[in-house]
Amino acid sequence: MSAPPATRGTVIVEESVRVHHLLDRDSVLGPVLLAPLMIYLAALVGVPLVTVFVYAFSDATTGSESFSFVGLETFQRTLADPVFQGAIRNTIVFTVLSQIIVIVLATILGFVMSADFKGKWIVRFLILLPWTTPVALSALAWLWMLDSLFSPFNWILGQLHAVPIGTPVAWLGENNLAVGSVVALQAWRTMPLAAVILMAGLTSIPPELNEQAEVDGAGFWRRLFDITFPLLAPIMMVAILFGIVATFTDMAAVYILTHGGPGNATQVLASWSFYTGIQGGSLAQGAAIGVFMFPVLVGVCILMLRRASGVEVT
Amino acid sequence: MAEVEVRDIRKSFGGADAVDGVSLLCRDGEYLVLLGPSGCGKTTLLRMIAGLEQPTGGDILIGGKSVKGLPPRARKIAMVFQSYALYPHKKVGQNISFPLEAQGMSKEERDERVRWAADLIGIGHLLERKPRQLSGGERQRVALARALVRDPQVFLLDEPLSNLDAKLRASARLELKQFQQRVGVSTIYVTHDQVEAMGLGDRIAVLNKGRLQQVGTPDEIYHQPANAFVATFVGSPPMNLMQRDGRLVGFRPENVRVVKRSEHGDGASAFPCRVIRIENLGSDRYVYVSVKDDAGESKLIAKLAISEVIGVQADDEADLLVEKRFLRFFDRDTGESTAA
Repeated sequence: MSAPPATRGTVIVEESVRVHHLLDRDSVLGPVLLAPLMIYLAALVGVPLVTVFVYAFSDATTGSESFSFVGLETFQRTLADPVFQGAIRNTIVFTVLSQIIVIVLATILGFVMSADFKGKWIVRFLILLPWTTPVALSALAWLWMLDSLFSPFNWILGQLHAVPIGTPVAWLGENNLAVGSVVALQAWRTMPLAAVILMAGLTSIPPELNEQAEVDGAGFWRRLFDITFPLLAPIMMVAILFGIVATFTDMAAVYILTHGGPGNATQVLASWSFYTGIQGGSLAQGAAIGVFMFPVLVGVCILMLRRASGVEVT
Repeated sequence: MAEVEVRDIRKSFGGADAVDGVSLLCRDGEYLVLLGPSGCGKTTLLRMIAGLEQPTGGDILIGGKSVKGLPPRARKIAMVFQSYALYPHKKVGQNISFPLEAQGMSKEERDERVRWAADLIGIGHLLERKPRQLSGGERQRVALARALVRDPQVFLLDEPLSNLDAKLRASARLELKQFQQRVGVSTIYVTHDQVEAMGLGDRIAVLNKGRLQQVGTPDEIYHQPANAFVATFVGSPPMNLMQRDGRLVGFRPENVRVVKRSEHGDGASAFPCRVIRIENLGSDRYVYVSVKDDAGESKLIAKLAISEVIGVQADDEADLLVEKRFLRFFDRDTGESTAA
């Protein structure tokens, strides 16, 4: 009576055993586990990347279906464009300035975050807050803070009699002020990640090293510059690389805050590529502008990979 | 070179006393070992002498002057940490010259001192290496050279041998002792290893639960333990203790003979026992026995040289013979040593 179900059970067991055996093989299991990632990367990174390169060597526009390769013509036109030249300069200036500010302030914040004091959780929370906010949202908040009429900065400056009341500072309306505003926003939003990375770096330095230096007769500054900073340097590099990627490729800050203006004074590669390729309809030229980001990002990738594989652990 | 004195020093961490009123003197040029189980406060005591921890109470004097409130760099001490704390980004030579740089010494003078210290320790050939390229023993020597290089008044060593493997430890111990004898600087050495303590110390200070148990020469600590804790902490295997006539009676395992019932020698106390097991350890034999006492039963160990003939085997009823001069007595409640 119990024979038939037992037979069926054996068949099921045998089948599942066969599947198990297949998955037990590394040559099968590995590709199976990697497949979702590979498909994701190919579809969402690979295809767009190839498309950009294809477009950059073509005459594609959003207005017509005609498509032919034109070689380097698009690049020549792009390079000759003064707005593009300004965009390259701005992208570099924004990245370098904001990351200099970030590395100085984030190091200080890293010390604050790794210190032990009452109410440190609220300080950590506040430091991390900008990081958790989407760029678009925080940029809107900055847009209001820098508004020529409603800006709280202007109100404060007015109360301090630093500027005459009634003549507000046009934070986003003057070239240098607009550049400063974008740099400030980029620094503000990339700082938390850098601070967290540096905090992790600081806590990874064994406390005996500083104590040893103290016993060896070193004062605060010597310990800071001779022990802490050299040991922090590799992790500082990681923080800077992350910051460069986040700032160099970002268009949301410029798009929301200044639209690249006044004039084209704050235009960056990402925003100019968008305005030219999508809003202007010149797909080919938009793609060509984007391609100019490629060498920098490849360089950053190589440095990051080298860091990741060559970390010295003592 | 200087004496180091701590007076009724205390340190509490959040209500718990890590060091609870210790007074201790390390004489000029002396090798003083702080010995105790982990958590006994010995490292905290050392760190307070170094100035890395602030005492909750009491005073510390180096060379007769109170250093309380002075930062570590003003105390003219050198310290070797358990991990050696070599600066990983600096070469060996730069590690050794770091304390001199902090003093503001000129480059030529520094080079000369580094060379001197490195040659004294025998690491002259390692100066261009980075710490990660060194073996454990070499790292220890670099740490010693760095401690030595600026003529400190006192050496503070925190378990410097515990990161070395057992083979290396014996030779490193010898080197450490020879090195201290050569430079003659007062040294305070922290360890939980009683073999290190016995082998290295001019005197040993035994600590337990933040309190000083006994200070004395290795001989005194071993043969005249001040209380039952010292008696059982020092020695391997530790001193045998059993309860008799309302007090604790103790004797060292090597001062015992195990004989068959009623083969008494004169002048020895006999304790009837039952043999549980005999272990042959090559050079010695451990005879585990069980003795009836006031508490019911105590398990004791006799350590006999392998050359000694024994006439007992497991499960035999036997007698433990101990000469009267080897017997020690302790108060049953306080554990303090009492007269015979």
